[in-house]
Amino acid sequence: MFVSFNWLKKYVELGDITPEALADKITKTGIEVEGIEYIAEKSTNVVVGYVEECEKHPNADKLNLCQVNVGEDSLQIICGAPNIAKGQKVAVAKPGAVLPGNFKIKKAKLRGVESNGMICSLQELGIEEKYVPKDIADGIFVFPTDAEVGADALSLLNLDDAILELGLTPNRSDALSMLGVAYEVAAILDVPVQLPDETVEMIDEKATDKVKVTVDAPELNPYYGAFVVKDIKVGPSPLWMRNFLIAAGIRPINNVVDITNYVLLEYGQPLHAFDYDDFGSDEIVVRRAKENEMMVTLDDQERTLSSEHLVITNGEAPTALAGVMGGANAEVSVETTTVLLEAAYFDPKTVRIASKAHGLRSESSTRFEKGVDPNRVKRAGLRACQLLSLYAGGKVLSGAAEFDQLDKSEKEVTIETNQINARLGTAISDTDIATILRKLDFGFDQDGETFTVHVPTRRQDISIFEDMLEEVARIYGYDLLPYTLPQGAAQAGGLTKPQTIKREVKKYFESAGLMEAITYSLTTRERAMMLTSPEVKAETVTPVHLAMPMSEEHSTLRLSILPEMLASLSYNIARKQVNVGYYEVGSVFLSKQAQVTEQPKEKLRASVAITGEWLNHPWQQEKKQVDFYLAKGILEGLLDRLDFEATYKELVIDDMHPGRTAQVIVNNIPVGFIGQVHPRLQKAFDLKDTYVFDIDLDYLIEAHIDEPSFTKIPRFPTVSRDIALVVDENVAAGEIQTTIEEAAGSLLKQVNVFDLYQGEHLEAGKKSLAFNLLYLDPERTLTDEEVENSYQAILSAVKEAHQAELRG
Amino acid sequence: MRKFSYYQEYEEGFFMKERLQALKEEALVKVEEASTLEALQQVRVSYLGKKGPITEVLRGMGKLSAEERPVIGDLANKVREAIASQLDEKKAALEAKALDEKLLTEKIDVTLPGRPVQVGGPHLLTSIVEEIEDLFIGMGFEVREGPEVETDYYNFEALNLPKDHPARDMQDSFYITEELLLRTHTSPVQARTMLEYKGNKPVKMICPGKVYRRDTDDATHSHQFTQVEGLYVDKDVRMSDLKGVLNQFAKQFFGEEREIRLRPSFFPFTEPSVEMDISCKVCHGEGCSVCKGTGWIEILGGGMVHPDVLELAGYDPKIYSGFAFGMGPERIAMLKYGVDDIRHFYTNDVRFLKQYHKA
Ligand SMILES: [Zn+2]
Repeated sequence: MFVSFNWLKKYVELGDITPEALADKITKTGIEVEGIEYIAEKSTNVVVGYVEECEKHPNADKLNLCQVNVGEDSLQIICGAPNIAKGQKVAVAKPGAVLPGNFKIKKAKLRGVESNGMICSLQELGIEEKYVPKDIADGIFVFPTDAEVGADALSLLNLDDAILELGLTPNRSDALSMLGVAYEVAAILDVPVQLPDETVEMIDEKATDKVKVTVDAPELNPYYGAFVVKDIKVGPSPLWMRNFLIAAGIRPINNVVDITNYVLLEYGQPLHAFDYDDFGSDEIVVRRAKENEMMVTLDDQERTLSSEHLVITNGEAPTALAGVMGGANAEVSVETTTVLLEAAYFDPKTVRIASKAHGLRSESSTRFEKGVDPNRVKRAGLRACQLLSLYAGGKVLSGAAEFDQLDKSEKEVTIETNQINARLGTAISDTDIATILRKLDFGFDQDGETFTVHVPTRRQDISIFEDMLEEVARIYGYDLLPYTLPQGAAQAGGLTKPQTIKREVKKYFESAGLMEAITYSLTTRERAMMLTSPEVKAETVTPVHLAMPMSEEHSTLRLSILPEMLASLSYNIARKQVNVGYYEVGSVFLSKQAQVTEQPKEKLRASVAITGEWLNHPWQQEKKQVDFYLAKGILEGLLDRLDFEATYKELVIDDMHPGRTAQVIVNNIPVGFIGQVHPRLQKAFDLKDTYVFDIDLDYLIEAHIDEPSFTKIPRFPTVSRDIALVVDENVAAGEIQTTIEEAAGSLLKQVNVFDLYQGEHLEAGKKSLAFNLLYLDPERTLTDEEVENSYQAILSAVKEAHQAELRG
Repeated sequence: MRKFSYYQEYEEGFFMKERLQALKEEALVKVEEASTLEALQQVRVSYLGKKGPITEVLRGMGKLSAEERPVIGDLANKVREAIASQLDEKKAALEAKALDEKLLTEKIDVTLPGRPVQVGGPHLLTSIVEEIEDLFIGMGFEVREGPEVETDYYNFEALNLPKDHPARDMQDSFYITEELLLRTHTSPVQARTMLEYKGNKPVKMICPGKVYRRDTDDATHSHQFTQVEGLYVDKDVRMSDLKGVLNQFAKQFFGEEREIRLRPSFFPFTEPSVEMDISCKVCHGEGCSVCKGTGWIEILGGGMVHPDVLELAGYDPKIYSGFAFGMGPERIAMLKYGVDDIRHFYTNDVRFLKQYHKA
């Protein structure tokens, strides 16, 4: 809402407060002033001039040579505007004048003739093109004949105004009118509101003689008033009205339209003017539209209606979509002589449905949607009639044709001083509360500390105690509320175990050299399916799609963090950042429903992607590219940190290198995968070799034993034995290790691979793997025999299972 | 004869003493003169070795009287010890010198750059969220989380936003079905927590998390962003408590010198509602370009929990009251660190991420 400071002065005594100071007070009290605009802030020296002579320029066809009286003297000015004419009163920027944009006016010679100033258009004076009346969009502005020659043109055009831009929250629709803002400002400044005069001189002829109103859907239209004004002369509206409309951001059209707009802004009540003669009948019937009923609106669009919409009809065809837009059939035009003026209350929801369905948000629909003041509907109609008679030569017929079932009563809300203070933490007195209510201009009955407040109907947002609590608090001043701390019993705040582990995991990744990434949860359909871990896939039928995505790019919920992470890698590589290691901890969204109706299962995953060089120490020629075992080392470290042991099984899945990918298994449960991204996918993302893993963090958190019981530090030494085995090169080390662990018996505490050899001295297709075995009995010293027995058991087991031979 | 004999003995003893003294002097000079460990070893062998002169002297002890023998023996040991100790001392000195010389040959260029250690770090948003969490944990709040795909009920209806409420326009959302959507705020976690606490015990929580709104991504809008919301419900919670808690938060998070200001606002789930500004860091309230001349910067929204919200969650608004607030870590990061484009938080440009890894 744009509020003209000068217009506001018509209703409230502003004294000498500056627009800035007022804006600050309004903001602090409840409505944010988002900006203050001065239309012609630095303009000077523009006066009203009388065009005494106007002739063609001797050397240029399109220019005119004018003699303009500007009061104390007469200036010769050359003007190119097509609408310039002798006898006009125009805005003259005298030499030395400054126009918006810091445009300085100087004496000049045009085609050999001297020009001492400029005759201005509204645009040149700082008014936005879209607010300039269409008939003078290409020419200069012409003042009414009564304008005083030599007077300050900027002031006459209201260009010395300041416009306050209010950012209204949805509850404060009362401030969608100048009167509403006036009440607000009056409460803040503690001054009275001067309401406009609505008295109208009416002729004997009655409105009801000309028109009859029937409302078939009173629940959607509890009040409909039709006024009739005849002998209208459509023409320009008065300058002051046009000025205020422009200030409020509405382009002046003609007096009839301008008056309805003016009253809309003044009262917050939208009105609609029909051409009585084009209306098509002397009967107004308001009803729900029929299914698929058609009508052509003012913007010449054909619209299909439904029974959710309310229409104004002439008994037959719709003449307006109630509260949203009039019909083309009864539009007011320059030929209009009799106006049928509608002032009505339409159901907010119905207007909202219609304006949304047809994409027609207007100054009118916005106000109806929020609910207009029931006590201002008819008054607004009367005010418009008054203005039509004053400024459009109209004769107003007596009364109005009405349908009225509108509840205009005021709500009552009871507040008690102690209740207010208990909730605010203040010590406001009964007198203070009475003063606040008076400032707000709310009626009330006081009984000691109990106030029964009669909430004015303009404040549709107030209906319960808490609403009044806010009114009292904001007028009292949020600044004056004390600072206290809660009195309730102290509680120990903190993180839950899972939250703590999550933080630990993140810290671990960072200590391992990874940077945390945060990618979008919404991805493309294609990416949503990429790089999904087998156990995720098993829980999913199809990724979860948005019903109406804004773009394909963010249309589908992810099943893996990795695809967007690869996209981030790609983004960096394109910017020459080629060595990157990311981790992210975040949710993926699993649904087993082909048609989702239930909330998807949200699983917390930890994902890692590394690419490029991990180590680069140029002057020592040390360079290490990332590889599988780096990724695996990071993963093993994580699992070790959380006290898990994992096994790794070769895995072939889409999007991953078939020879360099493993499934990660913890407690016999698959929890994710690790490996190199498939070169095909690497290429699609413009990546060099990239290694990733993706782990079910929810499972790890759940299965994590949070306080490991204390294990005694062993008093007896461990016994170490090595075993070197020659096996077929396809036998995985992990498989041999499993066999060793199973065969060794309970004394074996640890097995570690310490050597891998292939080549000379070994048969082709064979490899040698050496393991270190650590034996321990915490209770006693081991005998050689015990260790030897276990060693032999291992040997025969690996022979059996893997045809392994001891390396000679 | 006896006298002679005595003299003889005396003579022998006297000369052995003289000899030992002389050997000692001589050896000490040799020790002093030895300039290498090898030379020193020579000295050790030649004086203290089995064939050395001291052993020689001691061999003649048989000629001595019973009285003199221990005296000379004692003296011989002292001489040996003196030489040995001097040898050890000299050896240590020579070794130290040798080490110094060796170390000089090991000299490297200490100005060359070191071998880089890969160091990671948290995302700026995580740092901010955790800092906020820790501040509120210190004030007795617990941290609660909830699903990102929510039901319409928890996201809107339980928060006093029935289906046709006009304020739903304020936060156009990503629906999956008519009843499911990506949460537009983390408030549904509050509703869920209140229901879990069954209307009879205080709720003091913050809920951080990802939220989603139908916005086209640009410098100041992101379809995905982060929120931290807080809720305190108990008997006799006052609006001044909200002011006190937010003030404490603002001073701890932004700095002791920052002031706060509450302004009335509107949210469907709170009444009264507030918006909180903090005084501008640059101009301290005077007005500058950072704060668009107002002296204040908007940080968060909040208010007293609407009675309908309490009631829907099973808390009797006649007995319980509460406050709630919510803030956006992206906005806070943009203000605190001058980040100029919200998209930086989601492109994961390593040059951006690394800037905030320093403690
Ligand atoms: Zn500032």
